[in-house]
Amino acid sequence: MLAFITRRFLLLILVLFGVSVLLFGILMTFSPERRAATYVSSPQQAKDIPKIIKQFGLDDPFYLQYFRWMKEVFKGNMGWSLVASRPVWEAFWTYFPITLEMNLFAAPIVLFFGIWLGTLSGIHRDQWIDHITRILAIIGWSLPTFLFALVLLMIFYGYFQIFSPGVLSDQLKMFIMDNPDTFTRYTGMYTIDGILNGRLEITLDALAHLVLPVMTYVIVVVALNMRVMRSGMIEELSQDYVITARAKGADKHTIHIKHARRNALLPVITVAAQLIAMSMEGSIAVEVVYNRHGLGWWLAESAVQLDMPVLMCICLFMGIVFVITNLTLDILYAYIDPRIRLN
Amino acid sequence: MPQPHPRLREFKYTLYRIFRNPAAIIGFTLLLVFVTMAVLAPYIAPPQYAHNPYLMPHKGFSPTPKPPSAKNIFGTTSGQYDIFYGVVWGTRTAFKVGFFVVCIAGLVGVTLGAIAGYFGGIIDEILMRITDVMWAIPTLVLAMAIVVAFGRGLDKIMIALALVGWRWYVRVIRAEILTLRDQDFVQAAKIMGVSDAKIILRHILPNAIYPVLIMASMDMGSMVITASFMSFVGLGAAKGFADWGQMVALARNYIVGPPDDPLKFWYAIVIPGGCIVLFVLAWNLIGDALRDAFDPKVRRK
Repeated sequence: MLAFITRRFLLLILVLFGVSVLLFGILMTFSPERRAATYVSSPQQAKDIPKIIKQFGLDDPFYLQYFRWMKEVFKGNMGWSLVASRPVWEAFWTYFPITLEMNLFAAPIVLFFGIWLGTLSGIHRDQWIDHITRILAIIGWSLPTFLFALVLLMIFYGYFQIFSPGVLSDQLKMFIMDNPDTFTRYTGMYTIDGILNGRLEITLDALAHLVLPVMTYVIVVVALNMRVMRSGMIEELSQDYVITARAKGADKHTIHIKHARRNALLPVITVAAQLIAMSMEGSIAVEVVYNRHGLGWWLAESAVQLDMPVLMCICLFMGIVFVITNLTLDILYAYIDPRIRLN
Repeated sequence: MPQPHPRLREFKYTLYRIFRNPAAIIGFTLLLVFVTMAVLAPYIAPPQYAHNPYLMPHKGFSPTPKPPSAKNIFGTTSGQYDIFYGVVWGTRTAFKVGFFVVCIAGLVGVTLGAIAGYFGGIIDEILMRITDVMWAIPTLVLAMAIVVAFGRGLDKIMIALALVGWRWYVRVIRAEILTLRDQDFVQAAKIMGVSDAKIILRHILPNAIYPVLIMASMDMGSMVITASFMSFVGLGAAKGFADWGQMVALARNYIVGPPDDPLKFWYAIVIPGGCIVLFVLAWNLIGDALRDAFDPKVRRK
């Protein structure tokens, strides 16, 4: 087991190194003049561009610039964000909690419904409940997140006027801005900060703003989870041990839930990494449409305004998250399923 | 009685399996409608600008969408662009994006995956570690970074998605080939002195290609979604280009109408948006039917 983890860990470092080279390579497709332009703040300084290129070594060979960049990244200096008009690393921590909050609410719902509906569908294969969930899954799979979010906004915000876009109502936002000392931002997540500060109205308001984003998210992402669970269930139910259990007269519930479902959960772990990638992509669309200023919104806004340092930072962050989850999942998988470990 | 060639027989059986599935019939019908629309675009919606038929015609510059009328049967969107024209020519855009991205990504992915799987060893190790690196960043995020580096535009979006999309195919085809590589018929061909290239092309790929076809079909849909989202954000073609994602973006500020009629401008979102959903749905239904037809586990049941 230790050798397995060590090997995976070394691989992780290799992949992260590759990711950083890839990202830096993308950055380097900009000419030295264009990269120097980010240091210039007025038209008069434009004539200094050759000097800036010399000073920062922007026309040095690739590997020299790469190591210089990596050194800065390790010091926590990711550059300056035009969109946030703050250093990237500092801005990151104000946007990150908004995205994290949404994911924390959505993930359990996705897992619960995915596993529950997938199990039902697998047990009742080719019956009406299976057909309905399959059709819903394929429609959910075909819905572009941004479009679905817009339609939900049209119905709930426009027609019923119950939920509004944003993270918090304007009134409460003003209140927090005006009284910074009565409301401490412990976590940056309004739902949790509201409770910690003893202001439940803020928590409730933030929750109301989370309903539509979480709903969008769940419907688009749950399909994959459901489908994997369904095929896992079907596969397990045709195994010999299930036939044995049936033959000895074990009741249906025990066979389905205790025997088959536990094994059918394994493939769900393998696609968990894909689920995480999907939720990262999903959060971009959701945040853009619902105007929630989180990482996804920041990324889209930075892409439109050609704010390259932000794109690099978020790509790197997502790469790290993805690689670490993969490592965790591999270890988890080897722990749960001894056949993998022994190979 | 002369038996038909076994490959032909299997192919016929596959077609039978596919068209027994009602979902597949819906999928292919939808696709047929879109293909007709794309092919006949110049007749259904005659272009107004001969130099660039993809430019949507517009009368006036008013930002408020106008409801369907005799002249604009689907109404006009913000900027008075004709929605009907945009939808028809947008079909061509969608096919162009889908086919370009899937063909390039598929070709690159299958080639690299086949090489990695067949030769194994150090080549496999290097190619797969490169794929791992590409794999670590979500498609949309990496594609956005590449679009920003290359500059805005629909062509840049297509290139970026092709550069990112191949990694899926590598893993799928490699896994298939690993199971085929040591089978008797491949060993036999090797002993008879058939060249590696010919073994891969004639003996291995035809047996390993089905999962790729299924994935390509699903990919057509998801790549069109991703491309239209990037257009929606504003990384796509210039304003007025017939592109569904951009048409949704144009109508974005009009999702909520005046207080007495909140759904007044529904057509500006729902019509181009519905096209994206139906287009993607068609490919997904087809992909799903292909999966049922090709999967050896359920094929003969």
